[in-house]
Amino acid sequence: MSVKIGNAPFHNRVQDGIENDFMRKAVSSAQGRFRSGRRNAAEELGDWEDWRTLGEEIRSHTLENIDFYLEKLSDAVSNRGGNVYFAQTAEEANQYIQDIVKRKEAKKIVKSKSMVTEEIGLNAALEEVGGEVVETDLGEWILQLDEDPPSHIVTPALHKDKGQIRETFSKKKGYEKTDDPEELALFAREQLREDFLSADVGITGCNFAVAESGAITLVTNEGNARLATALPDTQISVMGMERLVPTWEDLEVMVSLLTRAAVGQKLTSYVTSLTGTRLEGEVDGPEEFHLVILDNGRSKILGTEFQAALHCIRCAACINVCPVYRHVGGHAYGSIYPGPIGAVLTPLLDGYDDHKELPYASSLCAACTEACPVKIPLHEMLIRHRQIIVERENKAPKMEKLMMKGYAKWASSPAAYKLSTKVAKPGLKPWTEEETISNGPGPLKGWTNARDFPAPSKQSFRSWYKSRRKREESE
Amino acid sequence: MTIKKRERFLENLASNLGRPRVQKVERPQYSVSPQQNVYRGYSMDDLMDVLEKQCKAIHTDFINTDTTNLGKILLDTIEGYNGNAIITANDPRFQKYGIEDLFDSLRQDGKEVHVWNSEKGKDNQVFAESADVGITFSDITLAESGTVTLFNDKNNGRSISLLPKTYIALIPKETIVPRMTQAAQIIQKAYKEGHAVPSCISFITGPSNSADIEMNLIVGVHGPIKVTYIAF
Ligand code: SF4
Repeated sequence: MSVKIGNAPFHNRVQDGIENDFMRKAVSSAQGRFRSGRRNAAEELGDWEDWRTLGEEIRSHTLENIDFYLEKLSDAVSNRGGNVYFAQTAEEANQYIQDIVKRKEAKKIVKSKSMVTEEIGLNAALEEVGGEVVETDLGEWILQLDEDPPSHIVTPALHKDKGQIRETFSKKKGYEKTDDPEELALFAREQLREDFLSADVGITGCNFAVAESGAITLVTNEGNARLATALPDTQISVMGMERLVPTWEDLEVMVSLLTRAAVGQKLTSYVTSLTGTRLEGEVDGPEEFHLVILDNGRSKILGTEFQAALHCIRCAACINVCPVYRHVGGHAYGSIYPGPIGAVLTPLLDGYDDHKELPYASSLCAACTEACPVKIPLHEMLIRHRQIIVERENKAPKMEKLMMKGYAKWASSPAAYKLSTKVAKPGLKPWTEEETISNGPGPLKGWTNARDFPAPSKQSFRSWYKSRRKREESE
Repeated sequence: MTIKKRERFLENLASNLGRPRVQKVERPQYSVSPQQNVYRGYSMDDLMDVLEKQCKAIHTDFINTDTTNLGKILLDTIEGYNGNAIITANDPRFQKYGIEDLFDSLRQDGKEVHVWNSEKGKDNQVFAESADVGITFSDITLAESGTVTLFNDKNNGRSISLLPKTYIALIPKETIVPRMTQAAQIIQKAYKEGHAVPSCISFITGPSNSADIEMNLIVGVHGPIKVTYIAF
């Protein structure tokens, strides 16, 4: 079990993405909206850079002492009547959860959106033991009905249009109304209410756990996570081991950063902080609560130069500014974690073998690093990945080798080179968008299909290339 | 309750960090604290203005009134929501502000007003599910984000602000603070003093919504579709 989705080679996945016109438009307009939302929210705060610094400091401190804080968290949860299970692998986590479902003879399980349960393939594991699993986040429900993987970590069904969604609803659920988004959502509300009311188990992820008091905090907008934790008698929350903060005061800073960076909201509609089981006399909330804390490859990253990748709070800001993501879409990454953070994290969690192309799916423009609310040096990590792949593992992806060979040939013929550098600026104009070339002619074409090629600057190509190399070397 | 497989897990983390397990960690002094500066020095009226403005951004109706007119405004709002079935928290503040009388008169008009009763168990949820309006007080109100904070307990079930189609939050002025920072401080202090943290703390910011279909904002998904805040 892993973060990997599908077996299609990288090249084909990229091609599929590029040929999917609706997806590209949807992604590009979503990126625009996400970006301006984040910018406005950041501007309003005034001292956004201080916020980022604070976010980074809190994350660094937490990860440096993660064993201590996890111990505290598990004690606190247990003191409040919860059970804690430390799972080294996806299999262990799934096994533990399967056992609960079997013991409870649970028939229906409602889930609120969680990337970590996608990561471990929990739905398949639950179905194995006869549980009916219902994804209740609107986007996830659409994908579940259509048996499609997510393409974005905040809005998972970003690649689908409302016509397709209407189709899916009518085919799978007998929906008869229009493709008006409000009507579609109302239908989902009615259908899923039944599921919430009859569910035996509710499963959630966890945005942040507070080590000190044992509170599991869920940051959502639709209300499905509240329903999934208020109504069923058993609640299981699964968290990546790094998703914790020391205290409530740290929590509020991280939540503020998350909601602003993710969607430009000051807070999402619901920030719900759950501690243990329901207390005596309470009607809502679970009588049985389990917290599953998952490693699944994360601990290998601790103590390495990539440790800061564990600071990620899954806000998707880096994805929303990424020019490569804009062109290829989420599925091209072949991982449930797409975009720059996916390109950094996926090879770390799942090895280079299947994902050696990912660090190359970047133009190294550094927009991701600038957007990241906890200052993870994403593009520098991508460069390190490339160095490791090339130097130590000698696994430079075929496409890169091929294209660079072609480029070498093209550039080594002086006449051809001169001609093309001279015409480069005007010649490339029609493809130039915000200083990157998104789909160039001739030798650049295959290459730019996979990543944006920086527009030739006014300085000569050769000296630009030289100084760029130097810059990379000095990093 | 049980904690399973903890030791090997934590040992592995410590060893990857290249040190023995740590027994004591002081929370460091961070180099900056921008969260403390937001709306510093704002008066109650200033914060009220912030809150009112923010409500527009979160698709929430906002009414600023006083204790004398609270009942009438609440009644108007309930009527505006076609409220025939109403569920409320079991909160002494309803008595304190004279709202219980309003509920009695609604009952006489043939409306159903259900006060959360922990002895009735799941029946509370059943009523809430078909209710038109849920009403609670806000325990802490965050001006910046337009958020009401509820300490849910046996008298204030989570369902009240969640299952009905509409939700009304009553906001006593003295509950208004600049932002989540102050709420976190209050909760942390209570925890340190040995009070049990509520099993559920709900920070609610307007109606439920989603951007999952083509990134269009849809107001009203699984939680309430319409929300009104009444400050007094
Ligand atoms: S790497 Fe940074 S920007 Fe990207 S999802 Fe994680 S926290 Fe957000």
